[in-house]
Amino acid sequence: MFAKFRTPHIDTSVILKEAARRLDSPTRRVFMRNAIGLGSLTLLSGCDVVDGFSAERMLQSMSDFNDRVQALLFDPNKLAPEYPESAVTRPFPFNAFYPEDKAPVIDPGDFHLDITGLTENQKPWTLEELHALPRFTQITRHICIEGWSAIGKWTGVRFSDFLARIGADLSAIYVTFRCDDNYITSIDMPTALHPQTQLTFWFDGEVLPRKYGFPMKLRIPTKLGFKNPKHIGEIEIGNDFNGGYWETYGYNWFSGL
Amino acid sequence: MLTSSAAVPSPSASARRPLIHPLIVRITHWINAGAIIIMIMSGLEIHNAYPTLPFKVPRAITLGGWLGGATQWHFAAMWALMMSGLIYVTYGFISGRFKCKLWPISPREVVADVAAALSGRLSHEDLSVYNSVQRLLYSGVILAGIVAVLTGLAIWKPVQFQALTMFFGDFDRARIIHFLAMCAIFLFLVLHVAMALAVPKSLRAMIRGR
Repeated sequence: MFAKFRTPHIDTSVILKEAARRLDSPTRRVFMRNAIGLGSLTLLSGCDVVDGFSAERMLQSMSDFNDRVQALLFDPNKLAPEYPESAVTRPFPFNAFYPEDKAPVIDPGDFHLDITGLTENQKPWTLEELHALPRFTQITRHICIEGWSAIGKWTGVRFSDFLARIGADLSAIYVTFRCDDNYITSIDMPTALHPQTQLTFWFDGEVLPRKYGFPMKLRIPTKLGFKNPKHIGEIEIGNDFNGGYWETYGYNWFSGL
Repeated sequence: MLTSSAAVPSPSASARRPLIHPLIVRITHWINAGAIIIMIMSGLEIHNAYPTLPFKVPRAITLGGWLGGATQWHFAAMWALMMSGLIYVTYGFISGRFKCKLWPISPREVVADVAAALSGRLSHEDLSVYNSVQRLLYSGVILAGIVAVLTGLAIWKPVQFQALTMFFGDFDRARIIHFLAMCAIFLFLVLHVAMALAVPKSLRAMIRGR
């Protein structure tokens, strides 16, 4: 009698699979770099569409709980260990959601970095302007969620300095990175302001190679590898949660080390 | 006539048996057991993403379907294991249960009991007293559990808990020790479940307490 009034059960995995299929199309780049983002899709499919109890929902709420615990555990003054030059892993592993030869080819002369959201100065940056900024070098351990780790040497701009330079609202909750390999991820502001968080343009003494994220990546030694976006094309400061590529499939969002 | 002995219900067999496992031990034992099984199964799926063993563990005995799902299970069940494990270990030390039941462990008696067990002469008549092999294995699995949790924390938070990570060497070593602790717990589980099935009244005691 009452069965017909019940909300039909909708399988989240089907929605996500469908979303992933759609994102494979050439419109993916537009979709990713536009305001909608993958995060709002997650929120829709994760919270509003699915009804009743499911293991998936329980696990997602535990993952959200773990985000909050990790934000509390995060000490903004605690530095990731740094290593001597001799400890650098050579060759450094390549890892992405596509094979190495599918990494985007970006013309440095044509490139510009877009700044959007809660910032005073939204002027796009050319690569030349970015390379002229003060730089520092770190030799830190990159830890992958898969379990491997490798020590690398990264050089670039302190991200907190960059945020100050663009007049970012430092009381905003998130910084979102939209990338030219159609990747997206977002991080919390305290991690964005951590002294070792770096907008990286050089790797192991040379210009950041294509496979490691040319023209720039964000190096965060206090987070897992997948939270270190490569080929960044747009940085957004804001209070809207945009999630991320792997986060949509179940990786923990905060993923702090 | 009314007081005929047949009319008076005799105390049931179970009530006459002494209490072996207090309620707190039974509850935490089963939460630990469930959490450990989830941790091992999801941990094996995480292992498969970057295998330590020269092969991938078959999907049939892993949990989560892939790395993302497995990490969600692992980081959910870890709270149950940490909380329940902490209560179990704290109770064991404070109540004197560990000292009374698991101590002392004499290597000579362990050898003798292993020999007796292999020849089928080791008695499980009195469930309240553990033989030397039991003492060794139960102490060992508690230690392995503590090592698994500590190395787990060391590889979950190698920056925030870097002193702990350095105590185990570095991230990569802590990860290997985490894996070895899992192996020890896994071997214990196989033996422990086999023994519980071989001596069913021990299983009954861990459920009903007597």
